[in-house]
Amino acid sequence: MDWFLQQLINGLALGAIYALIALGYTMVYGVLRFINFAHCDVLMLGAFAAYFLAPAVAHLFAPQSYLGAIVIVVLAAAICAVIGILIERLAYRPLRDRPKLTSLITAIGVSLFIEYTCQLQAVFGAQTRPFPKLLPQQDFQFGGLSVSSNDVIVLVVTALLLAAMRFIVMQTKTGTAMRAVSFNENAAALMGINVNRIISFTFGLGSALAGVAGIFYAMRAPGIEPLMGVQPGLHAFVAAVVGGIGNLPGAALGGLVIGLLETFAGGIPGLSNYRDGIAFAILILILLFKPAGLLGKATVEKV
Amino acid sequence: MHTGAKRFLLAAIFVAAVASYFSAQFNRYYLGLAIDVGINIILAVSLNLINGHTGQFSLGHAGFMAVGGYTAASITLALSPKFPAAATPVLFAGALLAGGLTAALAGLAVGVPTLRLRGDYLAIVTLGFGEIIRVIFENMDCVGAASGLKGIPNYTNFFWAWSLAAVTVFVITCLVNSTYGRGFIAVHDDEIAASAMGVNPTKYKVTAFVIGAFFAGLAGGLYAHHKQFLSPTGFDFMKSIDIVVMVILGGMGRTTGVIIAAILLTLLPEFLRGFAEYRMIIYALMIIVLMIARPQGLFNFGKFKRTKT
Repeated sequence: MDWFLQQLINGLALGAIYALIALGYTMVYGVLRFINFAHCDVLMLGAFAAYFLAPAVAHLFAPQSYLGAIVIVVLAAAICAVIGILIERLAYRPLRDRPKLTSLITAIGVSLFIEYTCQLQAVFGAQTRPFPKLLPQQDFQFGGLSVSSNDVIVLVVTALLLAAMRFIVMQTKTGTAMRAVSFNENAAALMGINVNRIISFTFGLGSALAGVAGIFYAMRAPGIEPLMGVQPGLHAFVAAVVGGIGNLPGAALGGLVIGLLETFAGGIPGLSNYRDGIAFAILILILLFKPAGLLGKATVEKV
Repeated sequence: MHTGAKRFLLAAIFVAAVASYFSAQFNRYYLGLAIDVGINIILAVSLNLINGHTGQFSLGHAGFMAVGGYTAASITLALSPKFPAAATPVLFAGALLAGGLTAALAGLAVGVPTLRLRGDYLAIVTLGFGEIIRVIFENMDCVGAASGLKGIPNYTNFFWAWSLAAVTVFVITCLVNSTYGRGFIAVHDDEIAASAMGVNPTKYKVTAFVIGAFFAGLAGGLYAHHKQFLSPTGFDFMKSIDIVVMVILGGMGRTTGVIIAAILLTLLPEFLRGFAEYRMIIYALMIIVLMIARPQGLFNFGKFKRTKT
């Protein structure tokens, strides 16, 4: 029982991180209909932004203080938002009217470009660096259960961010415009919506979430390096598809499902080696029975 | 067309045989590179059948290559001590064929359930299968698991690589230009219209997938007996992307262009060796610039095909 609860908590924390990343994939897919492969590198850049900001912020605020951590996360998220908007502006906007395959391959190119540039010794270098402690870490003991304070923070912040996202998308004017662009870009433009601005906003928002997720992921990982985004990126992306790509609650649900199943599988001796394959196996199983994902609606193609 | 294609096939095999006969006099480094080029031509031309001619986006070609490579290597490793040296070509041909067939079977197993999906979803699922195949090999102790399969005999020579490349080009060109093959292009151009005309899109997609996987398996076998070492990480997502880039650079559905692209992209990293750490950045930039400036492919001078939206 303890084992089960322990894995449940670990799985939820991992799933929350996947959910944050998956939201970025799903929002970009919603407005542009292509998979932004470079999203996982924005996540890595978020972690590196925090790595370089942490010493500077520690001077201004007390080291490992909550205020300092909030400043670091907000600044890193802002940096990621700018990077995301730049990527869209430079690489994807010239391809807006081309077949979607072109954008997909460009996205792969952008992803490789960021990864290999960051691996240069003059930039970040390929070696793994230890991630600084942003917050004092405590372990709470409940009977045989140990819960790290970091996991609690990850869960709480993710829940808040998900609620904020839901508010932005469903309640604000910009969110309504986002949904309109996602529904029909041309009709949205005719209704006076500035499509370019909305797409930039979407990229910025998704990339900011990826930045936060990158910091959370780095807090749990042994260290950060330029390829650290690839595995969580792939798994979160699978989560977005499992939930139904383009669907926000679906991305959150998919993230939790993948995070939980992976953690539980990792705890079972015979399955633990196959951990990396499990997300994909679930994906294939779900797509076979529900081709539009768990919460996605099947669309009928009209001629 | 057909006699011309047959002449091409025979001429290519003859040239490969002659070149192979004199190959002992060539520089070993260039010879190895030439074999790499041959293997990559097989991979690119076979992926072109799936991605180019049939218009399905597969990101899992390296997975099929891995299946073929591991199968062929396991067979030769198990049987080569029992075979007389004179019979090795027979053993090698059998192993390659077995590798190709196993890969084709894997292609069938992947294709039947997934090819009902479209576009992006198909890309994701094939990517997923590629990763699953890699994870399985990483955990198979009988083929060396994560540390890789070592000591594979060096059977691949110039003749095998280039004559099989010629066979691949021949089979796929003839297939696409046949009456049956028009179906692939019909599925590529407009799936709904094709099915309205009585062409079964799923059947054509699965056929393209199985044939593509078969040749990828052959290439995997050649690769295994050329490098004499197989490691699961060599068949990851990046390898699939490399092959996809060859197809796109050459122009989707353009066999000649794809062959030129396969040759160029195999040699390019060697030319860029002096730049060492910058070469992958140049490669990535090339993909982006190419997609923005010339999305139809570098070597595609033919008429524009109607683009799908």
